[in-house]
Amino acid sequence: MRVRRFTLLLRNNMEQPNISYIQSMSGGDKNFEKKLLDIIKLEFPTEIQAYYNSMRIKNFNDASEIVHKIKHKISILGLEENYRDAKAFEHGLRKGDVALQSNFETTLMIITDFLKNFK
Amino acid sequence: MNCIIIDDEQTARAIISQLCSETNDLNVVEEFSNALQAIKYLNQHEIDLIFLDIHMPDFTGFDFIETLKKPPKIILTTSDYHFAIQAFEYECIVDYLLKPVTPERFKKAIHKVAGEINILNNKDGVQNFDSNSAHDLYVNIDRRLIKIDIQKICLVEAKGDYINIKTETDSFRVHSSLKKIKEKLPEQLFVKVHRSFIINIEKIIDIEDNSVLINKDVIPVSRSNRSDLMKRLNLL
Repeated sequence: MRVRRFTLLLRNNMEQPNISYIQSMSGGDKNFEKKLLDIIKLEFPTEIQAYYNSMRIKNFNDASEIVHKIKHKISILGLEENYRDAKAFEHGLRKGDVALQSNFETTLMIITDFLKNFK
Repeated sequence: MNCIIIDDEQTARAIISQLCSETNDLNVVEEFSNALQAIKYLNQHEIDLIFLDIHMPDFTGFDFIETLKKPPKIILTTSDYHFAIQAFEYECIVDYLLKPVTPERFKKAIHKVAGEINILNNKDGVQNFDSNSAHDLYVNIDRRLIKIDIQKICLVEAKGDYINIKTETDSFRVHSSLKKIKEKLPEQLFVKVHRSFIINIEKIIDIEDNSVLINKDVIPVSRSNRSDLMKRLNLL
């Protein structure tokens, strides 16, 4: 219970996703904005599933490859600090360093919530 | 200029494809999620430019380049800046775009490519002069190049394969597209308000609901372009 409360607190204090970058790309084209968000909604769950699978079997190289892909979406959604952390985590994973794992996984939760609630 | 996009991430391909669709003379002919599929395609087709992701599983962007006997121009797209030095070893690599790619940076890269393969020679009615500094636009009508003072253009309307360029006193029918002429007009003065109309902001008389009055013409403003127009106005 306490851990869950702590995670929620952490999530509330972290950067929140936004679609500023997507809007800057679309030039007001709402169809494109929707199309891109739909693609992210489609790709993101598959990528995080692959990430958790690789982490479960401690295949850190594969996990690092997936973090690489996910971090692009982190930057698209305007999470600049989390992007920097994801980059460090990606490089750490190549050496088997998982120090930033919990931070990264909190970011995944934040994005999942954002995509779920985004109409 | 025909191009292909190679990236294992669909989101990245969609972004590059969108940027290409906004760019004059740039057609995305195919997209590939892996480099091996692209090699097969390139064995049978000739293209001018490749947007290539470096970081792909099994077969990286650099592995891909090594397989090409006569590589076309390549723009690398990646989240990793540390491949930049390696990129300089390849003559075919024209630029190196860091993800997420911004429209401004993308434009610069395309200008570099255009400079290298000299594709800026327009084959249609609108002649290519320095669009940033030119005050005049030359249009090809019945094999004559007619000069139009850009400041005097009120609006441009797309009509099939032609565009109508309307000034306060004249109207010119030119074989070209709205997309092409937009590239030639100064961005600070002209804005696209509808898929068929570009207007000169300084010629606006009034704006009402979803239309704008220019001279005696009532021009529709589409919902998707309205916010762009409003941002450009000096509103009280």
